Amino acid sequence: MTKENKGRVIVFILSLFVYLGLTSFTDLQEIITGVIVAIIVSLLVGKFLLSTESKGNAFKRFFYGIAYFFKFLWEMAKANLHVAYLVIHPQVPIKPGIVKIKTNLKDDTALTVLANSITLTPGTLTVDINPAEQELYIHWIDVISTDKEECSREIAGRFEKLLMEVFE
Amino acid sequence: MKWIRWLIGLIIIAAFLIWDVFFLELAFEIKLINIILFCALFVLFRVIVGPSPADRIVAVDILGILIVGMLALLSSYYEKSYLMDVGLIWALMSFIASLAFAKILEGRFLDD
Amino acid sequence: MIDLIGKIFIILGIGFDFFGVLGLVRLPDVYNRLQAATKCVTFGSAGILFGVFLMHGFTNLGFKVLLGIAFIFLTSPVAAHAISRAAHRSDISLTEKTVVDHYQDDKELKEE
Repeated sequence: MTKENKGRVIVFILSLFVYLGLTSFTDLQEIITGVIVAIIVSLLVGKFLLSTESKGNAFKRFFYGIAYFFKFLWEMAKANLHVAYLVIHPQVPIKPGIVKIKTNLKDDTALTVLANSITLTPGTLTVDINPAEQELYIHWIDVISTDKEECSREIAGRFEKLLMEVFE
Repeated sequence: MKWIRWLIGLIIIAAFLIWDVFFLELAFEIKLINIILFCALFVLFRVIVGPSPADRIVAVDILGILIVGMLALLSSYYEKSYLMDVGLIWALMSFIASLAFAKILEGRFLDD
Repeated sequence: MIDLIGKIFIILGIGFDFFGVLGLVRLPDVYNRLQAATKCVTFGSAGILFGVFLMHGFTNLGFKVLLGIAFIFLTSPVAAHAISRAAHRSDISLTEKTVVDHYQDDKELKEE
């Protein structure tokens, strides 16, 4: 199966599922309409979904994806408690700054997921990204050090290993 | 001076919460919607006062996400699922609106 | 029982929403406000939506609410990233407490 057909099948299943969820799973009329709409949508936009060939063991990647998701939820809960502490404290003890970090990920999707995860975890916010040199500019609410290596280890090290397993 | 401001804010917030939770005879969801509307007042403060345009854009973006939560509670209270449709569309539209605002703030326009 | 867990999720979500909005008012510049607001309000609204899902199960409303969680988690970091980049490129200054700004240094290097 080529990657365009694969993308079409995935788009078909997803859009049919969403359509039936928004209306009803049992009504025959809705199911027929949903199938027609999903076929049209998948023929139109299916070829844009996948940009790279799949590689590696799909089952292992799925397992690491789940592990990544739970790690991400845990880090996010910690982030919220940290922000709540900063906001309640009468003197707002912050020490902000924008630092530059380096990452080893090459894939576009992996970089996007890493940037989004950094945005949603403690004290960090992705400001800009430089895909050519694999650098990210991070706004950090509590700067510990300004050294590039140390920042990279401190901010991206939490997710990088799991993302490597998922995407590469 | 800072401590006095902090204390006044704490008293206002605590008074509102106590009034809302203990003195109003309303359903659970409606009480919580009151708290969300109180939060929306803070956001409106930032929309009006905010010194730079970026502050206002941030506030409008946050207001969109708050309203999605509020509509979920409202549709849970009335048990009408079409109110959540409004919430879904609102989430998508506010996302697109913040992207467009950000692009204009950067100095580029839609055909760029 | 599951109803009670749903209500606890909703109350936690409202609490985080409130802290996020408070951060929007108290923190000193756009980037810090964006940090507090994006993280807390995203997590809080997702908590509210998940609580509503637990209270209603896999009905029509429950499915819409799950879709709403997916929308919020996918869109809000992208919007925050776009706004912060646009703010920095349109020269909105950082607060006085700022320690370091490598992005500004690199931009000046490129312009020279």
